[in-house]
Amino acid sequence: MAITATIEVNQQDLLTSLKAFCTKLLEQDAISAILVPQRLPMKSMVMPTLVTEADHLDGVDPLSPAFPMNGAKVLAKLTRRPSGGKIAAIMRPCEIRAFIELVKLKQARTEDVVLIGMDCLGAYGNTDYFRFAGEDAEAATRRFYESVLAGKGAALDGVDLTTACQACEAPFPTSADIAIGLHGVDTGRHLLVLGQTPAGDDLLQQMGLPSSEVPTERQAIMDQLRTSREKYRDDMFAATAAATDNIDKLNTYLANCVNCYNCRVACPVCYCKECVFVTDVFNHDPSQYLRWAKRKGAVKMPTDTVFYHLTRLTHMSTACVGCGQCSNACPNDIPVMELFRMVAHNTQRAFAYEAGNSVDEKPPLSEFKEDEFQEVVGL
Amino acid sequence: MENFEPVLVAFVCNWCTYTAADLAGTSRLSYPKNVRLIRVMCTGMVDPQYVIKALLEGADGVLVSGCHPGDCHYINGNYKARRRIKLLKEILPQFGFEPERLRLTWIGASDGIEFAEIMQELVKELKALGPSQAKMKMVV
Ligand code: SF4
Ligand code: SF4
Ligand code: FES
Repeated sequence: MAITATIEVNQQDLLTSLKAFCTKLLEQDAISAILVPQRLPMKSMVMPTLVTEADHLDGVDPLSPAFPMNGAKVLAKLTRRPSGGKIAAIMRPCEIRAFIELVKLKQARTEDVVLIGMDCLGAYGNTDYFRFAGEDAEAATRRFYESVLAGKGAALDGVDLTTACQACEAPFPTSADIAIGLHGVDTGRHLLVLGQTPAGDDLLQQMGLPSSEVPTERQAIMDQLRTSREKYRDDMFAATAAATDNIDKLNTYLANCVNCYNCRVACPVCYCKECVFVTDVFNHDPSQYLRWAKRKGAVKMPTDTVFYHLTRLTHMSTACVGCGQCSNACPNDIPVMELFRMVAHNTQRAFAYEAGNSVDEKPPLSEFKEDEFQEVVGL
Repeated sequence: MENFEPVLVAFVCNWCTYTAADLAGTSRLSYPKNVRLIRVMCTGMVDPQYVIKALLEGADGVLVSGCHPGDCHYINGNYKARRRIKLLKEILPQFGFEPERLRLTWIGASDGIEFAEIMQELVKELKALGPSQAKMKMVV
């Protein structure tokens, strides 16, 4: 039986209600800690925090438009082996999807965690967020969610959601144990809470929140948002394809890449423990560079930029969840998310796979059958 | 492009396609010198990186060839290869590499004649296709 409940809200003060929800989570015997984004006391920044005591919840802020990292890797660190306790993790839908990919790659476990996702209102890029938030992160969050929930959009003070968020057709926590719903909900008075798995239902049962019903208009609102995001996304794919469909264009697209590899460090699903591009395999003998230069007359240094990106695509395009952290991390503003997501979309379609959808669907390169993909064999 | 001689880099497994190449040789069958054979123990060890590297370095075509389904000496290496080729064939054409530049075939140890024929066919095809876009260009 799926539980549908509410969290009370007083006068649009969603943050206080979410804090109360977190406090209640911590009171449950089954929960030892919660992982939740909080405003840091020392700066206008919001980071995931691991909290065991309810008096450390003053900065709870899962609605902030700050998105400094994809928290899936953080949660993987906390769950890769039994920790002796259960964590309730409040994360964005793309973080939950990435976490599920890491579980399938055996880098994280679901046994000691309850995944709590919220309808995602989106985020600004790192530097945009700082400009927007100024000195008062809390006021910034309130201004942000009030505008979005009132249907006035997320563009404020000349900053707007990242391209990744604007192209995200899946801002709903469908693969979480518990979903906190905002769309179609009268958020001035309450938030919607949905149990989506037996583990989620168990926890909600213990919490004893007032029960409720899903507002009838919710599904239509979500469908409408999905459709408009898909349109934005498909236009983005078309523009990106036109900008990269031969090697000259790809060279141009990646021309200012300095091989810093920030994009893969920030990527939650770039799963290798040690990236081959930073090993000695790519620390070529000096004479090798000269030979390469000689062959075509010149070689760009550092070498292997396109090689790196294409190789990364063969690794992560089956698992990309569209979080946009790659673009967020690029020091040279290369629109890498656009490129990676476009390829990922095509790869996932080719293997009829949806990253982050379910722990039960095997990653495309982890299973092999005798009779398949005959079309790639032969002349 | 009259006298364009394509380079075909062929990753062939030790137990089947390489043996077939050997048989073609001992049977005095001829096949084009455009083919650069790279012997690997199994197609299952051909990392997608090898294929990408070959193409970026100017190979006009890449062939991966091993044992028929059911015959792989490591049981399922060729199935892994097939999924990886599927993946590469999805990714590379988006950047202008024609799908014909990447081929996967199964050529068994006793198929020396077939080996020679397939090499001739592939080289003919690459000649018709012309030089790869990455051949003469600096790739960043
Ligand atoms: S490639 Fe970029 S958008 Fe995709 S999961 Fe990695 S960081 Fe997120
Ligand atoms: S973060 Fe940007 S500059 Fe650094 S490797 Fe990635 S694309 Fe290149
Ligand atoms: S041994 Fe020939 S393909 Fe595996």
